Amino acid sequence: MDILQEISRYLQSGEDKQVLALTEQALDLNLSPGRILQDGLIRGMAVVGDQFKNHEIFLPDVLLAAKAMTGAMERLKPLLIGDETPLLGKVVIGTVRGDLHDIGKNLVGIMLRGAGFDVIDLGRDVPPEKFVATAAAEKAQVVGMSALLTTTMPVMKQVVDMLRAEGLTHVRTVIGGAPVSAEYAREIGADDYGYDAGSAVEKIRQLVED
Amino acid sequence: MRPTLQFLENELKETIIAEAGVILAELGVEVQNPDVLALLADNGAQVDRAQQRAFFSPDLVRKCLATAPRAFALYDVYGEPTHDFAGDNVHFTPGSAALNILDSETGKMRKPTTADYVDYVQVVNQLEHIASQSTAFIPADVHERISDSYRLFLSLLYGEKPVVTGTFTVEAFAVMRDLQLAVRGSADALRAKPLTVFSCCPTSPLRWSDVTSQNVVDCTRSGIPVEFIAMPLSGFMAPVTLVGTLVQHTAETLSGVVIAQLACPGAPMLYGGSPAIFDVRYETTPMGAVETMMTDCAYSEIGKYLGLPTQAYISLSDAKLLDAQAGLESAMGATLAALTGINNISGPGMLDFESCQSLEKLVLDNEICGMSLRLVRGIEPREDFPALPRLQELLQEQHLLISAHTRRYLRQEHYFPGPVIDRANRARWLEEGGLTLAQRARRRITQLQDNYEAPRYASEIRRELVARMEHEARRYGQETLPERPE
Ligand code: B12
Repeated sequence: MDILQEISRYLQSGEDKQVLALTEQALDLNLSPGRILQDGLIRGMAVVGDQFKNHEIFLPDVLLAAKAMTGAMERLKPLLIGDETPLLGKVVIGTVRGDLHDIGKNLVGIMLRGAGFDVIDLGRDVPPEKFVATAAAEKAQVVGMSALLTTTMPVMKQVVDMLRAEGLTHVRTVIGGAPVSAEYAREIGADDYGYDAGSAVEKIRQLVED
Repeated sequence: MRPTLQFLENELKETIIAEAGVILAELGVEVQNPDVLALLADNGAQVDRAQQRAFFSPDLVRKCLATAPRAFALYDVYGEPTHDFAGDNVHFTPGSAALNILDSETGKMRKPTTADYVDYVQVVNQLEHIASQSTAFIPADVHERISDSYRLFLSLLYGEKPVVTGTFTVEAFAVMRDLQLAVRGSADALRAKPLTVFSCCPTSPLRWSDVTSQNVVDCTRSGIPVEFIAMPLSGFMAPVTLVGTLVQHTAETLSGVVIAQLACPGAPMLYGGSPAIFDVRYETTPMGAVETMMTDCAYSEIGKYLGLPTQAYISLSDAKLLDAQAGLESAMGATLAALTGINNISGPGMLDFESCQSLEKLVLDNEICGMSLRLVRGIEPREDFPALPRLQELLQEQHLLISAHTRRYLRQEHYFPGPVIDRANRARWLEEGGLTLAQRARRRITQLQDNYEAPRYASEIRRELVARMEHEARRYGQETLPERPE
């Protein structure tokens, strides 16, 4: 079997040691880090994502695969140069100011990393200015915000408005959490809404591709 | 004999409590509030200020349990007793703080308004098996900084029952206390006759946020009872096994007991929680899961073993509509909770993972609660022995419908649910319109609204409630409150 397929297969079963060893082997065979990432790791994660969506596997299986992915990524990251396929994109995430609910946001972060995104997690109770400043400084493509309280939803709009006011119109925004919805995203001018970690990955992938 | 349900042998309870003790002593809890940390340090806890951690020895925990009241009462707005949180007494309260309500016209979930909240209070005020109001959802038509105090304001203005509530910020506590003072008249009167219970949530695993730890201290110092709501999520933010989750829940809840009792020895508290399993297929926290309910009942056993009255988020459903799932999950929870003797049962009306209240469901659940309350009154002999005379009477009279014995015991022995639960024969049901459960629930709500009477307050109390709320709203730039019925 092709070594990239093998990486993908071991990744799907969450075997991090094998994935790392095979990544090492692939590098020895002079495969480019970008190809290993794209055709081995990211391809494997795409399969995992589909299986999870279809209830063939459960969240822990996805997280194991994500962990294997992260391990191999650490190895590849310094080797990715020039226009070689970089990470899928850079995403700044956080739970908005006044809100301490971070379980869902953390899960979204784990899944995004697992899918191959570079994630900067600002934690919980994050002031709008910090989302905006970080997105600018880190040249992020996407800002993802989480809120679980009726009282903190409006902070999301502040972030969207502030990004616009700062001229960061190329930064896409996506929101999530129990009180918000696709309608609310439209209402505040956010680009998209995700209802769980799987949909977060899907939506953010689309936003980055557009 | 009162029927009771038991999941844990005493030996297992002892082990769970001992293991929780080791966790509190070795790992401690993170407390993100310097004042609360200082309070703990001054009163015998070992504190690492740099790491914001407090460590509690088994001795300290024992000392705090010793000052905790084994029972306490709640009183309605007139000062009449309504709740006796003692022994296996059971009281129901609506599930609280929903994000949405289920609109009865459209059947869709939406953000609630002041008008919805007033409707809710008018209904719950008359539901005979729901002992207290809770601040069941958040009206979205006021400034978000007053959305927690505003629901308490409406509850006190329109309702008579005590209120299960809580704050979202440190600042809101003052006005939420002052609204209660307006009703009771003085701080001493409020302390003597508590009107509310405040939910205070530690953050699993083993953490107290700045806001919630401060809330515990503020409540206890004003004599306001607290209920600790730890939410370990089995398999995610807690061990996957129910015993492992119970150990963590015990440690988290005992840490609340320590904070409360050191802040104010003798402070009334409920040993509560809202643990859940984590559904790894959907990334949700199902309140209708059987394991969630088992964990609730088991930690209540632990709380009672420690000598404290208890609370749980149980008898709610994750359904999105008033459907069969909504009924079965709520009824199963109410039954198990009542059999366990959980003193304050938070749940009725709630759908969709604690995030949606439905008035239709609330009036249905009221009847479910009625059945559960009947269930735990058990089976008792009442002038049943010797049995011979009664059977002789039956043979002679051909029936017992008008027997003195029947008339004496009918209403004690038989609980009559309705009008939401239907027991008409089919022909009569059809003749009366063949109404669905949702239609019967709606009709019941309309009847209750027609019969509603406002609390018999002196006009000064009413004026003062309004003045305090308006003052609070102006602090956040809201000049007028939304319109509300007289
Ligand atoms: C667990 C929990 C807590 C825990 C939080 C622990 C933690 N570290 O996060 C604790 C106990 C600390 C807590 C505290 C409080 N809580 Co709380 N809590 C919950 C509960 C039960 C579950 C939330 C959860 O973790 N779900 C599991 C995760 C996996 O799901 P999720 O968060 O929805 O996230 C998923 C999606 O939404 C999406 N998503 C989330 N974020 C993002 C972001 C992006 C970019 C995308 C694309 C997608 C996405 O993907 C996630 C993964 O699937 C909810 C009920 C509910 N229905 O949500 C109440 C709930 C949100 N809490 C509530 C309340 C009232 C509070 C308190 C104010 C209570 C109090 N009086 O102290 C405090 C809040 C303090 C504060 N200032 O924040 C209310 C909200 C009421 C309201 N109308 O605003 C709720 C609805 C429960 C209730 N009815 O009382 N809570």
